[in-house]
Amino acid sequence: MIELVSDSRCIGCNMCVKVCPTNVFDKTEYVPVIARQEDCQTCFICEAYCPVDALYVSPYADEAIEVDELLLANEDVLGSWRKTIGWGPGRVKIASIDQTPFINRILPEKVLKARGISDVDSPFGR
Amino acid sequence: MSNENIKYYTADVLVIGGGPAGAWAAWSAAQTGAKVILVDKGYLGSSGATAPGGTNLLYLPPDQVLRDTAVDLRMNSGGFLSEPDWIYRVLDQVYINLDRIEQWGYPFVRDEKGDAQRNHLHGPEYMALMRKQVKKAGVTVLDHAPALELLVDEHGVGGARGVLRQQNKEWEIKAGAVVIATGGCAFLSKGLGCNVLTGDGYLMGAEVGAELSGMEFSRQYAPSAAYSSPTRGRLLGWATYYDEDGNELGGDRGGDFLAKRLLNGGSVYAMMNKADTPEKQAILRSAHSIFFLPYDRAGINVFTDMFPLTLRYEGTVRGTGGLRIVTDDCGTTVPGLYAAGDAATRERITGAASGGGAFNASWAICSGTWSGEGAANYAKKAASTFGGRTLQRAGKYGLKAESTTQAVQNEAEPIISKREPTDSKGTATASNVAESDVVIKELVKAIQNEILPLEKNYFRSETGVQESLDILHELWPKVQQQKVESIHDVVHAREAAAMAATARWIYTAALARKETRGKGLHTFAEYPEQDPNQHHRIIVSGLEKIQVSYDTSFIDKVEKYQELHKKEVQTK
Repeated sequence: MIELVSDSRCIGCNMCVKVCPTNVFDKTEYVPVIARQEDCQTCFICEAYCPVDALYVSPYADEAIEVDELLLANEDVLGSWRKTIGWGPGRVKIASIDQTPFINRILPEKVLKARGISDVDSPFGR
Repeated sequence: MSNENIKYYTADVLVIGGGPAGAWAAWSAAQTGAKVILVDKGYLGSSGATAPGGTNLLYLPPDQVLRDTAVDLRMNSGGFLSEPDWIYRVLDQVYINLDRIEQWGYPFVRDEKGDAQRNHLHGPEYMALMRKQVKKAGVTVLDHAPALELLVDEHGVGGARGVLRQQNKEWEIKAGAVVIATGGCAFLSKGLGCNVLTGDGYLMGAEVGAELSGMEFSRQYAPSAAYSSPTRGRLLGWATYYDEDGNELGGDRGGDFLAKRLLNGGSVYAMMNKADTPEKQAILRSAHSIFFLPYDRAGINVFTDMFPLTLRYEGTVRGTGGLRIVTDDCGTTVPGLYAAGDAATRERITGAASGGGAFNASWAICSGTWSGEGAANYAKKAASTFGGRTLQRAGKYGLKAESTTQAVQNEAEPIISKREPTDSKGTATASNVAESDVVIKELVKAIQNEILPLEKNYFRSETGVQESLDILHELWPKVQQQKVESIHDVVHAREAAAMAATARWIYTAALARKETRGKGLHTFAEYPEQDPNQHHRIIVSGLEKIQVSYDTSFIDKVEKYQELHKKEVQTK
């Protein structure tokens, strides 16, 4: 769930308020606030859109945790998702180096395939 | 009734939903010159199951042998409930649209031969591009504008109403035709991007008499980290499974392995040690990067550490059921109402098997394209023949404006205008609306208790499903008694009503199919075999009392295909 809007980094552009699909943030006079944390679906999309890496979505979808901004900043966790997908000036978009079309080339010999369990199938199954 | 708290709009086509299907519907309607408005509960570009991660596509070059093989495989795996001509038309249309996506600047990777690999789209990139193109096409986009109900008259659907949830306002849009592209229903199970998918469009459609088809094909779960949301099952192909003590789980891993392990609070761990070289690991990381995010952030190295898994319910998002479509341009049985993407049934191309991963993504593109065009054409006719329309609000369930108005007492003006109680078919009248004391979250929890557990919905039994359905029927009146204190509650109360209705449709349809068909999207312990006498689609409709009927309109097509296919096999 979303755990942090960094006061020191936020420029008040309200992009997170705009893009959050579940409307977790509220606009204020200053930096946006996490107004409805329980509605967060842990989709990480707000981080992707934040131009100054001021947000942190913890991986824990069902429980709120304490986070330490300084630690997250020092370990380059803040902004890491945006960096991974190659958004931001001077970066290479992950879409342009996407290896998904080729992953069948490195398939292990035996693959689990369960009925009624989601998988990402090729048109031919696997 | 008119006041400054309601924003009024008119359009030729209103598209409800801003995932891939809605985006394509809006774009394609706009290409005809129609005036188009798209409303989304969240934000066009980030909403829905596709945007946060990525999606594979059913996409094949125009090679007849490849395409015949794909159709043949799906006809079989879908239990012969799909239609060959619809699969071919999706293959044709998606080829055109992906070419368009590339022209718009999507950076497809190329293989050694220089061929663009168009069978996978990265979610954030794809949907950001779609937003740009939709706006460029002249579509008016309203974000954070959840639709709550349709507007109807004797001609059919003529618009919708909803709220601007970040402005404490309502909107009303009159439109010649409406496309429902609100996605499926995953019951707030927190699968990646799926919590906006609460069956809203099914409810809106059903309230104006639209039918649903294939709702029984909804026994669909996705593995994710036990504590997190990303659901990218494919990468677990490189995993070895363990119990909590680190013993490798050998034996039969096919079939119901994960579900059996996780039944009744059990556990299962995975380690992706089959990606055993840095090269392989790098390929996987760049393929489905979101898969790794929750592990990296929790300090787990998935290639060397065990991590706990769970299964998250995906409902009709990667099941196949939805609003029944009866025309080639994805029209429903209600004039002026179209359906696209997961809001529509995908049986015509997927049959009884899941469209998850590839088919659904291509379906969203194609059904969006067709419905947008169809709706625009219909709207032109509507404009010239219907004249001035007196539209009524069709919403009946989980919408109680009176209490909302009171609840938002801090506002200078009430944000929701007062509704006249409807009394058609004895629903939602002032007299049968009891006190508003049902806590929304508790109602949602009660619905989830019947639909999420593996023991009830994955390992379906006729007796178990009947029991759950009885409980859901008992819960149903509570959707009218929800306590609403803010504009956010207004939206959530309506979502709860949509989920309650969807759960009842799912189990009603399930009980009408006393067999196991296709690739296991519906099964009953009591009926493990496919029954040739149940080669039909199951249609459900209605809200107070759910009607069941059977659709065999596609059978001739399928039989012709089977005959032709037999001949081909013989001549080979």
